[in-house]
Amino acid sequence: MRIQLKIWRQENRATPGQLANYDLTDVNPDMSFLEMLDTLNERLVRQRERPVEFDHDCREGICGQCGVMINGRAHGPLPNTTTCQLHMRSFKDGDIIYVEPFRATAFPVKCDLKVDRSAFDRIIQAGGFTSASTGGAPEANSMLIGHDVAEAAFDAAACIGCGACVATCKNSSAALFTAAKITHLALLPQGKIESRQRVRRMVRQMDTEGFGHCSNTEACQVECPQQISVLHIARMNWEYNRALF
Amino acid sequence: MLNARTPEGPLEEKWRHYRSTAKLVSSANRGKLHVIVVGTGLAGSSLAASLGEMGYRVTCFCFQDTARRAHSVAAQGGVNACKNYKNDGDTIFRMFYDTIKGGDFRSREANVYRLAECSANLIDQAVAQGVPFAREYSGYLSNRSFGGVQVSRTFYARGQTGQQLLLGAYQALMRQVAAGTVMLFPRHEMLDLVVIDGKARGVIVRDMDSGAIERHGGHAVVLATGGFGKIYYLSTLAMGCNGSAIWRAHRRGAFFANPSWTQIHPTCLPQSGDYQSKLTLMSESLRNDGRIWVPKKQADDRAPNDIPELDRDYYLERRYPAFGNLSPRDISSRAAKERIDAGFGIGPLKNAVYLDFSRAIREQGKPKIEEKYGNLFRMYQKITGVDAYREPMRISPAAHFSMGGLWVDYELMTTIPGLYALGEANFADHGANRLGANSLLQACVDGYFIAPSTLPNYLANEIKSGPVAVEHPAFVEGETTVRRQLEHLMGIQGNLPADYFHKMLGLILYDKCGLSRSQAGLKEAIVEIDSLRTQFYADLLIPGGANLNSELEKAGRVADYLELGELMCYDALTRNESCGAHFREEYQTPDGEALRNDQDFAFTSAWEWAGAGREPILHKEPLVFECVTPAVRSYK
Ligand SMILES: Cc1cc2nc3c(=O)[nH]c(=O)nc-3n(C[C@H](O)[C@H](O)[C@H](O)COP(=O)(O)OP(=O)(O)OC[C@H]3O[C@@H](n4cnc5c(N)ncnc54)[C@H](O)[C@@H]3O)c2cc1C
Ligand code: FES
Repeated sequence: MRIQLKIWRQENRATPGQLANYDLTDVNPDMSFLEMLDTLNERLVRQRERPVEFDHDCREGICGQCGVMINGRAHGPLPNTTTCQLHMRSFKDGDIIYVEPFRATAFPVKCDLKVDRSAFDRIIQAGGFTSASTGGAPEANSMLIGHDVAEAAFDAAACIGCGACVATCKNSSAALFTAAKITHLALLPQGKIESRQRVRRMVRQMDTEGFGHCSNTEACQVECPQQISVLHIARMNWEYNRALF
Repeated sequence: MLNARTPEGPLEEKWRHYRSTAKLVSSANRGKLHVIVVGTGLAGSSLAASLGEMGYRVTCFCFQDTARRAHSVAAQGGVNACKNYKNDGDTIFRMFYDTIKGGDFRSREANVYRLAECSANLIDQAVAQGVPFAREYSGYLSNRSFGGVQVSRTFYARGQTGQQLLLGAYQALMRQVAAGTVMLFPRHEMLDLVVIDGKARGVIVRDMDSGAIERHGGHAVVLATGGFGKIYYLSTLAMGCNGSAIWRAHRRGAFFANPSWTQIHPTCLPQSGDYQSKLTLMSESLRNDGRIWVPKKQADDRAPNDIPELDRDYYLERRYPAFGNLSPRDISSRAAKERIDAGFGIGPLKNAVYLDFSRAIREQGKPKIEEKYGNLFRMYQKITGVDAYREPMRISPAAHFSMGGLWVDYELMTTIPGLYALGEANFADHGANRLGANSLLQACVDGYFIAPSTLPNYLANEIKSGPVAVEHPAFVEGETTVRRQLEHLMGIQGNLPADYFHKMLGLILYDKCGLSRSQAGLKEAIVEIDSLRTQFYADLLIPGGANLNSELEKAGRVADYLELGELMCYDALTRNESCGAHFREEYQTPDGEALRNDQDFAFTSAWEWAGAGREPILHKEPLVFECVTPAVRSYK
């Protein structure tokens, strides 16, 4: 199939970027979206042009490193699917595809489609852990955790940290990302003890990084590859209010 | 002869004895000691966090944009630990024996025993961190049996055990970063090791965003850089996985053990075109209910559902009636290759076999199969567009895990004093074949429990050495070497991208140093790799500059792969026996089973770098079995 690409090219953080046009004529529908970009890059290299820089690593939807805006949607047209798990059979012969980086004040562009998501690490550093040093752990079965509680904690813990929630949010809010970690740990007895301090610190860090506020549009959960629910945001707000008193 | 420095005493006393007698560093002195940890997977994160908690100063690197994306994240199946929660007779000794036997009696007894011994603690540690393992309704931890062992010792967190364990370790690491004990540098690639007066003293790294070359000094250097299975190009590994850190340490004097032992996993999605960049692993659990077959007729072009039962060859059930579709990985992969090579492969490229659920669906009903494997069937459909409830899956073997790696002694120290290797980057515990769910365990145990006990034994002698000065001539030399190499690669300005050479190397290795090897094939491969390397240095093309440039990153990795691939062939060529994943065509029984030779080959091959263009030098660590008797692994 034939695909016309309009890809954001930007040398580095300081220089302005712009869309560049590329025409691919023999795209195989079984290719993944990233393999389609590989094919373009191979052509560019052979023409001695700088290839398109984009983020990726595992290519199986779990590391969270890939992620671009495809025709204005985070990770492309399929709901709850990472960019690396999207295949060209989701497009039609002759389609024009706009490819842009995840955009947010807190995610500055590094080069082309690569953005800096280190703000997420700093949010976790603010309190996204239990203070369990190596060596002191009690026997695992001495702490019983109900099946449903463990499953609910897992639902939140499944976040891959890709940033699609931020990219898709009109306020560039990191509420879903932050809330997922707060809920994961607050639900479990091991994490409950530190939950007040945790929620205050993580929310403060999220604001410091320049992420916007959540205005409950719920756009994030539509794109989230792990189907993390916005109910966690409600839980975060509840934890936060509780922590103030 | 290589000395593993295994402690004296009975097997079950060795580790306790070691820990009771090893040197310690008092808490007042730990802040004066600086450890460099390369890698933030389970092995690297857990070690860096643990050392930070103890009060050491740590500098840590990874090539991803955050520590949490190390490829440990991709492990699905689970992690083994001998807790005997099911009261099914599991003991440390039994787990030790299963691991030694699974490795086809090519691993070191004392290390494997220690792995089993520390396994229970790991589950405690992970639970304390908040890892949401599967639970029974009663609130107790759940576990299952995995990989053909008779007891239930595999703990899991849905199909994302690696991710959850890694997030636990990552969060512990983040806590130490916030506390200021660990300095973390993501997007930094280690490109050389600095050795001063025979001791590892630091690394040269490249900031992959700015292109800056940096020197970092420390009193010990730990490589936890994961597996190098990506050398085959098509593999289950991530795109950035590499052998560069351990290879460059090898070139500085660290011996490389059993480099050719690669686990090739039987249930991966087959290649569908030459654009393909990776082979996705489909969980092995599918083999519990799926039946593997190929048509009885060569190049049978009928759709699978049109091929009647009589015309199907369920070759695993035929050859291995006792284990059938659940035969171990090495055996299943080899049997698939045998059929594919004989012209019975299926799919457009004739490179796959069927994994068929029709009988399971008939007998158990679709809802039951959906409950067990729904997410895998969905993933399969996402990638291939095929509905596996209606049509069998197509699967094929793919490179997956490196049993080989840097040689380490009992303390996980390499042959360079002060240089350690942890996790998949070392060769230690899995022998010639790794058992499912044992490598998450190994990476964690190495990082949480072993290295934090063995490093002080070395560091205690470094308290007086003062900060490591990166102005030392060895650092200057290291930096110059790295800069020259990068300039050299950029300067070739030929016509072909790095991926071209990587793919070619992958083809050679799959063909001649993959599932089966022969003397003639390996000799050819050595010549072919040599000429591919010559072509690489004549015709490589890297556009762009020395700053952020993924083509430059790839080229450096491929340059190392082209040397490592050759060493793999030498390794396979000198081992005149078949064991585990290493199957030499000359050494098989009349019915095609592996023929091990304990008389002549009960040793670990540890290779020394002899310089560019010279044949590597083989050293041997004899494997002495005091507690088990090597037996023939039979699955018939
Ligand atoms: C798809 C898949 C499924 C698996 N499933 C299971 C399973 O179910 N159970 C099981 O027990 N095992 C499983 N394994 C194996 C297991 O996941 C790995 O062996 C283990 O996680 C390796 O951990 P590690 O810490 O050694 O390395 P990794 O997690 O790979 O980490 C390597 C680290 O080193 C860094 N690094 C590498 N090179 C450099 C360099 N040059 N410079 C700087 N940093 C560098 C990387 O950035 C990364 O942080 C699976 C493996 C794969 C690929
Ligand atoms: S590349 Fe890892 S999630 Fe897409």
